[in-house]
Amino acid sequence: MTQAAIKIEPEPKAKISLRGVSKAFGSNHVLSNLDLDVPEGKSLVVIGSSGTGKSVMLKCILGLMTPDSGSILIDEEETTKFSIKQRSQLMHKFGMLFQGAALFDSLRIWENVAFGLVQGQGMNKKEARKIAIEKIKAVGLKEDVANLYPAELSGGMQKRVGLARAVATSPEVIFFDEPTTGLDPIMADVINNLIIDSVQGLGATALTITHDMASVRKIADYVAMIWEGKIVWKGPVDTLDHSGNEYVEQFIHGRAEGPITRRIL
Amino acid sequence: MSQVTTQTKHSRFNPLTIILDIFGNIGAGTLNFLAALGRLTDFTYRSVKNCFLPPFFPAQLGRQLIDIGYFSLPVVGLTALFTGMVLALQSYTGMARFNAESAIAGVVVLSVTRELAPVLAGLMVAGRVGAAIAAEIGTMRVTEQIDALRTLSVNPYKYLIAPRVIAATFMLPVLVLIGDIIGVFGGYLVSVYNLGFSPGPYMEQTWKTLEDIDVISGLVKAAVFGFIVSIMGCYHGFNSGRGAQGVGAATTNAVVSASILILIFNYIITQIFFS
Repeated sequence: MTQAAIKIEPEPKAKISLRGVSKAFGSNHVLSNLDLDVPEGKSLVVIGSSGTGKSVMLKCILGLMTPDSGSILIDEEETTKFSIKQRSQLMHKFGMLFQGAALFDSLRIWENVAFGLVQGQGMNKKEARKIAIEKIKAVGLKEDVANLYPAELSGGMQKRVGLARAVATSPEVIFFDEPTTGLDPIMADVINNLIIDSVQGLGATALTITHDMASVRKIADYVAMIWEGKIVWKGPVDTLDHSGNEYVEQFIHGRAEGPITRRIL
Repeated sequence: MSQVTTQTKHSRFNPLTIILDIFGNIGAGTLNFLAALGRLTDFTYRSVKNCFLPPFFPAQLGRQLIDIGYFSLPVVGLTALFTGMVLALQSYTGMARFNAESAIAGVVVLSVTRELAPVLAGLMVAGRVGAAIAAEIGTMRVTEQIDALRTLSVNPYKYLIAPRVIAATFMLPVLVLIGDIIGVFGGYLVSVYNLGFSPGPYMEQTWKTLEDIDVISGLVKAAVFGFIVSIMGCYHGFNSGRGAQGVGAATTNAVVSASILILIFNYIITQIFFS
């Protein structure tokens, strides 16, 4: 292999930086001195077993949980001590697709998609409805869906609506929490394509947490592996299969034997 | 080996250990109670603060005014009607023993306006509205809808809590005022059509007995009860545990805690107004 073939492009500057972030619930230390950079304009996927702190990490970045210690920089600004007002302003930069879509049951689909525009940014309803319907169409749903309620849609359709809502405000950063969990492989691939289109279309920075390796290979520019509240490996997606890290090896091949199982059992 | 077993047995039944355990449990229970009280106080402060600070959500407030006020009207109305009717019957049975039947109108109107309408309306609304608030917000918590609100730059205290607290605090006095009228009317129906009182003197006695403070104290109680019901519903829903069991527990806790607080505050307000 030539030197040129293994040359790795330098990582772009970090949009989000976590330094020494720790979070414990009683004696359960979920995050332990976690360091992670999310490169600007790229898609970083964090993989890891259940209960290793992926969701807690995401919630700490969004301010839904406060870390016990450590620093979270967004655009080089420390955010852990932000007031509610500052946090609310910061949230304009973010969009999030929740694992269960988290659509508001009492609102119609278009109202869900337009919610951030109307309630968060004060846009008038008529204009917001127009944008919402564009976004609904962009995720491959028909316009008639706009007037239905979330309970009238399938799981896959709800995920698409969740994606439309996440991108409706044209955020700079989009988080995806297990975007393909619970979907059939075809619908999972549809969602993966939509994620790529949405992220590339907006030029956004994306941070995804997932167990789904097909999804990782499709949507990631960079991959990081979290284990026991720490990042144990990070690299470009092309290097995932020869990472040389025994945790990553076990996880990506789904082996029952390995260091992860030895620590759990 | 036998020595170890004896020592273990000895330490298990050591009176000092038992006393320390008892004090330890009391201490832990007190700390838990104080922590819960602190959380509730913080939640109440944030909720009240957000009732007065923009942005406001008038559509949400309108929806809650209808849900809490209008849709509680049948329950409160029926409760007040039958309470007034029973009160007239029971009072007649008691008063007849002392030839004091003429006091029935006064007993009915004072009991209804001062006590029964606000307390029973408060308890009925705690069951109907408090439970619904806790279940709805609890489900939103469990399904991450509250987190979703935050990621969409919307403060859940302003969007979810404030409209419910304002609506309940404002609508319960309205319900109680209607309940007062219906309750007195229930007493009138039984007194006139069942017990043979004359309509004119009965109404005259009612008006003569009734003072402004009787109605006002009932309405103040109603506003406090409305606040309690909404805060307890929102607090337990907002802090709901995971899953269906968590939401179920939140609902039960909301109704039980609101009912107990209504009875406690009823005594305190009565003491303030009439002692």
